[in-house]
Amino acid sequence: MKLPPFEYAAPATLKEAVALLASHGGEAKPLAGGQSLMPMMAFRIAQPSLLVDLRKLPDLKSIAIDKDGVRLGAMVRWRDIQDDKRLAQAHPLLQAAIAHVAHYQIRNRGTVGGSVCHADPAAEMPGIALTCDAEMTVMGKGGQRVIKAADFFLGALTTALQPDEILIEVKLPAWPAGRRFGFQEFARRRGDFAMAGIAVFYDPDAGGTASNAHVGVIGVGEKQRRLGKAEAAINGSTLDEAAIAKASAAASAEVEPQDDIHASAAYRRALTGTLLERALKSAAG
Amino acid sequence: MTTKFEVNGKQVEVDVEPRLTLADCLRQNLRLTGTHIGCEHGVCGACTVLVNGDAVRSCLMLAVQADGAKVVTVEGLSNDADLTPLQKSFRKHHALQCGFCTPGFITTAHALLTEEPDCDADRVREVLSGNICRCTGYISIVEAVLDARSAYKKDGAR
Ligand SMILES: Cc1cc2nc3c(=O)[nH]c(=O)nc-3n(C[C@H](O)[C@H](O)[C@H](O)COP(=O)(O)OP(=O)(O)OC[C@H]3O[C@@H](n4cnc5c(N)ncnc54)[C@H](O)[C@@H]3O)c2cc1C
Ligand code: FES
Ligand code: FES
Repeated sequence: MKLPPFEYAAPATLKEAVALLASHGGEAKPLAGGQSLMPMMAFRIAQPSLLVDLRKLPDLKSIAIDKDGVRLGAMVRWRDIQDDKRLAQAHPLLQAAIAHVAHYQIRNRGTVGGSVCHADPAAEMPGIALTCDAEMTVMGKGGQRVIKAADFFLGALTTALQPDEILIEVKLPAWPAGRRFGFQEFARRRGDFAMAGIAVFYDPDAGGTASNAHVGVIGVGEKQRRLGKAEAAINGSTLDEAAIAKASAAASAEVEPQDDIHASAAYRRALTGTLLERALKSAAG
Repeated sequence: MTTKFEVNGKQVEVDVEPRLTLADCLRQNLRLTGTHIGCEHGVCGACTVLVNGDAVRSCLMLAVQADGAKVVTVEGLSNDADLTPLQKSFRKHHALQCGFCTPGFITTAHALLTEEPDCDADRVREVLSGNICRCTGYISIVEAVLDARSAYKKDGAR
């Protein structure tokens, strides 16, 4: 369908962008890659009165890596993450997950900030942000604030962002060299949204005993979430067959899956366990 | 709003409503009807064009966002004198039937082969997963793209 009418602006500074967003009584929306917002507008799920295009804002396109972690500017595209060779060391889980996002052409436009703010329960980036304890830096009329991922994602397509706020950066904490990780998802076709997806990492000690386990699930239930019981089953174990089986059973029991046209709740529950099992095996391997 | 950009090497200036997509602008305002519109919400890939060298969906981009960009459509990837190696390969392998999806496959394949002339079959399949064809069953399209790789290795483009 053709898009509903709206006004358009492409400001050159963040300050102007925030002022524009604030001026439309909550009816204005930032436009990043447009790969979610434009379809939503075509379907009339979103009908903003003003689009504030972020493409001319400086400094939102860089990937900065230092000892504190990885800072992804809001306008960093999927493509930029895939092409950045440093990330293979600095955040291999991020790269593994982003390889599953959408298709070639969409990866040339879609952005980290757009995905995080869109907050689709099946999307990879919000899942990684939550699993890795990311921090979101946002800028609004009242200035800048930092929101922890656990407080940012409130539900399907719902975040803690205020209508006048723009996400500037997503910071992922530093990735230690010995960390083990796995990412697994299942979709009917490459690039489609996941029916279920699992991100996992843990830090093994010299004897292979795991600690600091983080397990996140996407596409199952009304938002991306951590699986505390599965994490508890991993911590203190050496990830032998029995421990992996216990963790995946815990994950299956813990999720609250939904029925929809893509898969039944029972299928998603079983899939969650299977994907965690595969992710843990690939992590150990 | 006026927007100025380059299409297939030619500078254009159009006056459009902000809500006009780049796909509609190319077809209606610029009469470049080689770019096809299938779904208008980003799932079929028929509308793929190159913007600053990147393959993108022109139904998910506003014409006003193309301001200052270099756009190449499927028309820009052909010439009147002869078929290009990619076109020849599509013909040789019967990589089209009705042809509706073909502009999207040609633009996408061109972008891929320009950047990665050494890509393997798996990569070709992965990249083409964003384009839908209701006729061919894809096998012939993958073969055509693989067969066209040699042409991109020699002179870099086309
Ligand atoms: C066919 C298809 C398949 C896809 N498959 C997947 C998939 O498998 N996995 C996946 O994760 N995604 C998928 N996507 C979505 C894609 O990854 C989008 O690019 C992404 O979700 C949104 O990023 P965007 O930059 O395009 O944002 P936009 O569409 O521009 O914006 C999305 C929302 O975020 C807001 N916003 C954007 N940037 C900011 C900012 N900096 N601050 C505040 N608000 C902001 C907008 O106002 C809007 O509400 C798919 C899309 C399509 C069309
Ligand atoms: S018309 Fe653009 S993807 Fe279908
Ligand atoms: S040739 Fe008919 S849709 Fe592809």
